[in-house]
Amino acid sequence: MPSAAKVKLMKTKTIRVDLLARVEGEGGLYVKVKDDKVVDVQLKIFEAPRFFEAFLRGRAFSEAPDITSRICGICPIAYQISAINAMEDAFGVKVEGQLRALRRLIYCGEWIESHALHIYMLHAPDFLGYQDSIQMAKEHPQEVERALQLKKIGNEIVRLLGGREIHPINLRVGGFYKVPTKASLLELAEKLKWARDVAAETVKWTSKLPFPEMEQDYLFVALRHPDEYAIQEGRVVSSDGMDIGVREYDQHFTEEHVAHSNALHSVLDGRHMYFCGPMARYSLNFDQLSPMAQGAALSAGLDRICRNPFHSIIVRSVETLYACDEALRIIAEYKAPDQPTVPVQVRPGAGYGCSEAPRGILYHRYRLDEQGTILDAKIVPPTSQNQKRIEEDLRQFIPSHLRLPQEELRWRCEQVIRNYDPCLSCSTHFLKLEIRRE
Amino acid sequence: MSPSVEPEVVLIGIGNSLRGDDAVGLHVAGHIRERQHPSLRVFESDGDGAALLELWNGKQTVIIVDAVSSGSPPGTVHRFDVTEHPLHGRMFRDSTHAFSLQHAVELSRVLQKLPKRLIVYGIEAKSFALGAELSQEVSAALPQAAARILRDVNAQLQGGPEGE
Repeated sequence: MPSAAKVKLMKTKTIRVDLLARVEGEGGLYVKVKDDKVVDVQLKIFEAPRFFEAFLRGRAFSEAPDITSRICGICPIAYQISAINAMEDAFGVKVEGQLRALRRLIYCGEWIESHALHIYMLHAPDFLGYQDSIQMAKEHPQEVERALQLKKIGNEIVRLLGGREIHPINLRVGGFYKVPTKASLLELAEKLKWARDVAAETVKWTSKLPFPEMEQDYLFVALRHPDEYAIQEGRVVSSDGMDIGVREYDQHFTEEHVAHSNALHSVLDGRHMYFCGPMARYSLNFDQLSPMAQGAALSAGLDRICRNPFHSIIVRSVETLYACDEALRIIAEYKAPDQPTVPVQVRPGAGYGCSEAPRGILYHRYRLDEQGTILDAKIVPPTSQNQKRIEEDLRQFIPSHLRLPQEELRWRCEQVIRNYDPCLSCSTHFLKLEIRRE
Repeated sequence: MSPSVEPEVVLIGIGNSLRGDDAVGLHVAGHIRERQHPSLRVFESDGDGAALLELWNGKQTVIIVDAVSSGSPPGTVHRFDVTEHPLHGRMFRDSTHAFSLQHAVELSRVLQKLPKRLIVYGIEAKSFALGAELSQEVSAALPQAAARILRDVNAQLQGGPEGE
């Protein structure tokens, strides 16, 4: 903290950034500038999952999906599936075939609704110079309508398979409580065909937005699966060649306390900040996207690896297109299984689970006793893993934009943060931007 | 009224059952649902703006109930008719979704998807602590809030422009 003498000399400008409207939850950004050089950037956040980790102790294993799904209002399925993966890992349960396909399908629904919302309602206004989607809707009502429709279709997938839109109740360790009929899925497929067309339009539309030039040499981390674009499970891989099972996550990823924040910064192998989410998935698993999604990406001007964080909006569009495409494939191949679930035998031990939430890898670990009661839990959301990386992006971005008027600079910083689609309800509490100039 | 007649008023209780007084909207909806009003449909919502928009688009009269934080004594009931007027202020907590009730109202206005009449009730909260129950003050205010809203429902059904 600056001394009293220095405070007198400093021109302190505090800019309140009300990010509540467009970034979930709250958080804080502090930037210190001295002689036109950025000397400090601190992203100050507070964490919510710690409460849930404590809350889970003493609960039955079967409650973990439901309880953790309340951590994030916009990605409950991701929490449910990561929790389920961990419990099934603990019990040695394998879910395959159509039940596995149904999990992938409901997850596609979540990707569609989360991405559509972010692309059009949160991120696009930045590129087009609108304060928010309300202002954008005045001049681009069709685009906003498209977003709402896409989101609605994503929601319908989640509702049909999850039993309820909010806090889906149909998923369980071992499978589902009820499985859908082919007929109900075929009805959904008609809407998905429309959604896929709109998603393809979205890729084109986003590719034409004005993008700042910015490239970072990211250390990408994502799940990878031998047969598919990893969504609900996979091995943890990095652009540095790391390739580990989820059970080894804790040996490589650690959380270090940061003095200025109640959050923990996630680091890889003790040293590296890394980047998870759509751009990481895309850059590591491009070869596994469907031909339609690959074609759309390349036509949009993307390379097979994406290093410009502002291009994340195009990448999310590509993933939305892929999710529609993949959902249609799953539905076409669907045959209702005889049983909605496989048998589950409880045993004590540790279980590790990871899945690709819309925002990136979401890791769950549980220790269970012989009754399947949770002894302890660890949950690492994607946004908290990206904290350090977001800070670094800001550190890179701000210097060349220091001459901008304060309000403009504030808005640009918000945009950099929004590139990450941070789900701050998972990892922060309130964000305001303070820029201190000396 | 015959059961096949389309209900004319929709009530949406918004809340988060894990965050103390943020659950009040859900509780009010629950109370009112128990009264089984023949011309009223009751929904719960976690406040996702996109879902709200879907729910209220094309409806006649919609009443929303949510927690607010405006500095009034906990349990105070505020009423806003947002049919013609914007929903101002930052008193409504942003939900864990990207767009909140306020955002949904104003977006609906721009897209011309507001119901014919939209009334928002905000019940003053004391605390939004994770894992907490409703505070005593808010809990005590529930029956009266529910009764007041039901009177409003009846007034709306009678075609009165001013419910309360």
